[in-house]
Amino acid sequence: MRKMRSIALGVALVAGTFTASSVMAATTLKNVKQKGHLQCGVTTGLPGFSQPDEKGNWTGIDVDTCRAVAAAIFGDAGAVEFTPLTAKERFTALQSGEIDMLSRNTTWTLTRDASLGLNFAGVNYYDGQGFLINKGIGVDDATQLDGATICIQAGTTTELNLSDYFRAKGMKFKPIVFDTSEQTVQGFAAGRCDVLTSDRSQLAALRSKLSDPNSAKILPNTISKEPLGPVVRQGDDQWFNIVKWVLFTQINAEELGVTSANADDMLKSDNPGIQRLLGTDGDMGAKLGLPADFGHKVVKLVGNYGEMYDRNVGPDTPLALDRGINALWTEGGIMYAPPVR
Amino acid sequence: MTEPTMKAPRKAVRPVKWMRENLFSGWFNTVLTLGVAYLLVTSVGPLLNWFFLDANFVGSDPSACTGAGACWVFINQRLNFFIYGFYPDELQWRVNVMFLLLAVAFVPQFIERFPGRKWLGIFGIFGLPVVGYFLIPGGSFGLEAVESSKWGGLMLTLVLAYIGIIASLPIGILLALGRRSEMPIIRGISVVFIEVWRAVPLITVLFMASVMLPLFLPEGVNIEKLARALIGITLWQSAYMAEVVRGGLQAIPRGQYEAASALGLGYWRRMGLVILPQALKMVIPGIVNTFIALFKDTTLVLIIGLLDVLGTVQSTVSDPTWQNVATEGYVFVAFCFWVFCFGISRYSQKLERKLDTGHKT
Amino acid sequence: MKQQRIDAGPAGPVPWYDPRVRSLFFQAIAIALVFWGGWVLVDNTLSNMESRGISTGFGFLNKTAGFGIIMNLVPYDATMSYGRTFWVGLTNTLLVSAMGVVTATILGFIIGVARLSSNWLVARMALVYIEVIRNIPLLLQIFFWYFAVLRNLPSPRQSLDVGGILFLNNRGLYLPGPMPQEGFGIVWGGILLAIAAVVGIRIRARKRQLATGQIFPAFRVGLAILVFVPVVSFLVAGRPLEWDLPVLRGFNFGGGITIIPELAALWIALSLYTASFIAEIVRSGILSVSKGQTEASRALGLPNGLTLRLVVIPQAMRVIIPPLTSQYLNLVKNSSLATAIGYPDLVAVFMGTTLNQTGQAVEVVAITMAVYLTISLLISLFMNIYNRAVAIKER
Repeated sequence: MRKMRSIALGVALVAGTFTASSVMAATTLKNVKQKGHLQCGVTTGLPGFSQPDEKGNWTGIDVDTCRAVAAAIFGDAGAVEFTPLTAKERFTALQSGEIDMLSRNTTWTLTRDASLGLNFAGVNYYDGQGFLINKGIGVDDATQLDGATICIQAGTTTELNLSDYFRAKGMKFKPIVFDTSEQTVQGFAAGRCDVLTSDRSQLAALRSKLSDPNSAKILPNTISKEPLGPVVRQGDDQWFNIVKWVLFTQINAEELGVTSANADDMLKSDNPGIQRLLGTDGDMGAKLGLPADFGHKVVKLVGNYGEMYDRNVGPDTPLALDRGINALWTEGGIMYAPPVR
Repeated sequence: MTEPTMKAPRKAVRPVKWMRENLFSGWFNTVLTLGVAYLLVTSVGPLLNWFFLDANFVGSDPSACTGAGACWVFINQRLNFFIYGFYPDELQWRVNVMFLLLAVAFVPQFIERFPGRKWLGIFGIFGLPVVGYFLIPGGSFGLEAVESSKWGGLMLTLVLAYIGIIASLPIGILLALGRRSEMPIIRGISVVFIEVWRAVPLITVLFMASVMLPLFLPEGVNIEKLARALIGITLWQSAYMAEVVRGGLQAIPRGQYEAASALGLGYWRRMGLVILPQALKMVIPGIVNTFIALFKDTTLVLIIGLLDVLGTVQSTVSDPTWQNVATEGYVFVAFCFWVFCFGISRYSQKLERKLDTGHKT
Repeated sequence: MKQQRIDAGPAGPVPWYDPRVRSLFFQAIAIALVFWGGWVLVDNTLSNMESRGISTGFGFLNKTAGFGIIMNLVPYDATMSYGRTFWVGLTNTLLVSAMGVVTATILGFIIGVARLSSNWLVARMALVYIEVIRNIPLLLQIFFWYFAVLRNLPSPRQSLDVGGILFLNNRGLYLPGPMPQEGFGIVWGGILLAIAAVVGIRIRARKRQLATGQIFPAFRVGLAILVFVPVVSFLVAGRPLEWDLPVLRGFNFGGGITIIPELAALWIALSLYTASFIAEIVRSGILSVSKGQTEASRALGLPNGLTLRLVVIPQAMRVIIPPLTSQYLNLVKNSSLATAIGYPDLVAVFMGTTLNQTGQAVEVVAITMAVYLTISLLISLFMNIYNRAVAIKER
């Protein structure tokens, strides 16, 4: 019904019956509560990050980031609807308010922060750009790629990084730009290009999509920094803080050893850090405009950062990615969240 | 061009004679015939093998595809996805009901003497959208709501084409009337609207709908993606529709306009009661043809990330469990579209011949 | 409607029954609505862009693009501006459209004539071709030619090799590129001379035919001149042409001319698809010429070829040109499907990557649409001029 009504509304609007007096946007949090669910922008399908199964159920680390926010607001990790977006549409969809937050393995850059009207609410995966290459070609290092034909996905920072890298090294390349990651793999599999470039996390997933994964390998070079994270609109600091601190809550939970399995027991913990995190002490929730026990709900329903990682991209998944720099700072990585205080 | 001087008196044509006349008249035709026949013989065999003889039809996973030919098992296994997209299994009956109603409303149109087919057609144009409005998205009458991001496959293709054509018809009629109006400003506005939309590719329209439309709307008003695509398609299509309807309006003899005026009818009654009924009847074949064009063009929505039937196939052919099934997938989609389009175009040709008697003197 | 004036009476006492007043009133309302709608759109857009902090203006066109494009007809590299990416995309669009128009026209005419052939088999095959191709979505055909066919082509190292000159592999078709050497100007001169001579002969022949009725074999003589003069000048100049043969270097072939698979797939699909429509147009055009015309021409003693050339085709062209124009327009618009397979046309490069990197959707989409509008208007204009030239001149 709602959809159809919006169709009718849209047609009416275009037909010329505009109401010039725009409804002043209430705060995002209020809107979300009123709708009863969170609208979250994700990819059209990227294993490990946001991927629908045949029934349209979404899984992935980006999807879990959205679910955590829903859990914090509603106490229900299911109160979220996903809008699949192409790389081209993602920022407009967020700017226009079609979605409440964007969690679509989006790289944090200065331009996006400053001139697109967006705010990055943190990093849920530290990535870098790499190369996937056919073993038969006999190249072991990216510096040997002079003259190569390279498949890339359109509308990403990878396009720019690639150009920069080859220019800096004084090498030439031929870019083949596809619209979706599926077409990019198809092009690589069909032999259209020698090399496929993307974020390293993706290369693992894309490699697993090849009919013979052993025929290709990932080169050791990482040519860029790709901090991926959730994004919100500028101008609503409360909402910005909520998304930011839900993610920090998950990271802090891992650091404090709180998991979805022991979240209930931890309510009795006398560690003041855990008490503040789970809302048994202090008024952290109220400060954000969230229920007092939002931290407990997030960890209980979605899990801490480590769980989220292991479930979607960790060593036991088809992507089989080591924690690497995504490990906690206490374990040699750079995942570090400000304290809940 | 070697017409025999005397026609054979018997009606039955002997095959040898027929062949001499139609296949081997003159050296040029003989060479042509032999060349084409050679190509046919060499290509039909392997194609038949690939399609049927060496192909695998039954099975449940890729290992069933042992033959050298097509792997139809793949289509078989994913058929549900290709038809319904992510529409929940237990609710698919609602889509099936719509398919059935569509068939009930429109298939009789092909049968000349089907009783009441006119009323079925009218139901198909005016009643069915209402039924679909409640049935497919759900959310009322105790029907569970299915959000449009779960729609997909053939069903989405039909939704886009059907709504696109139905919604563009009234706008197209208004534009056509505007273009033939005596008022220069109304005419100017209509001409600009029609020509601009007709000049731009559908892809740019879809991009605009998906990326820019949200910027045009007042803050707080949101239209979801499918609806935005539909708005784009409808506006674009209505420009084409306007040109079709204009063709009909122009074909109505001047006497009809004058006679209607002489009766003292005002503009709207003159158009609504006299001119449009005749004009629209004349352009039914044209409308059907634009529908075919639109039907094929709906595949473009996959570029803005909607999963129409081609989109669902495109997204599964890269599935690593199935190896190299791209051709099978494309053949399947091609077949779906071909059956629809060819059938409808035959219908429109028949109609054209039937209506051809009208106003030509 | 002018007739309305009658029912209003000579001097209608009430002004709102006067059709002129009404018409002015409605037009004023229409203008007001359009302006108001436009104003609301612009206002909404501007306020939305401001409140969302989106940058506006066309300044981005001068900024460095920083991404690579596989195929460029105008010089381009990543250090050039976004404005330059526009020209790269535009020229690529024009290239594939022009190639498509030429091949689709040739193919369409052949198939259209074949459809009317007295040879049953040929006519049937043409019918099958038309009915199959035009009822399958173009995008699907592009995918087929790109993904399904490409997959079955060999890799560069196992290229299909035609005499060491032509190479076909999944990176494209490699042709030898002509490299004019010093003195090639003489050949150009020869070609120009030949063309001028042919034009002159045609004019003379026509004049003579009109004056004396004698027919001069202008076509055959012209053809001979066209072949003979350039060849002689080529030999005289000492064969000033070398070929740049494609050679396998590193990953790929280098040298020569490359037709990338994206271009080839798009070109083939556009040509085949549009040809099926053109064939039907040609067929109905030829059928529209009444049999009496052919018979009259024969009665005048014109041979078959001349009947076709001087009587049937000129008349058929009048019927063919308007729908042919719209097919050309469709082809140009359809070339925007390039974005689905990564051919760097205007939509893929400018409305794709450039839009993404700059985020300035409104400006980029507006420019792109304006370009297509211009192309459409230009094609319509040229075809209208041509149509006027071949139209029946009523005196």
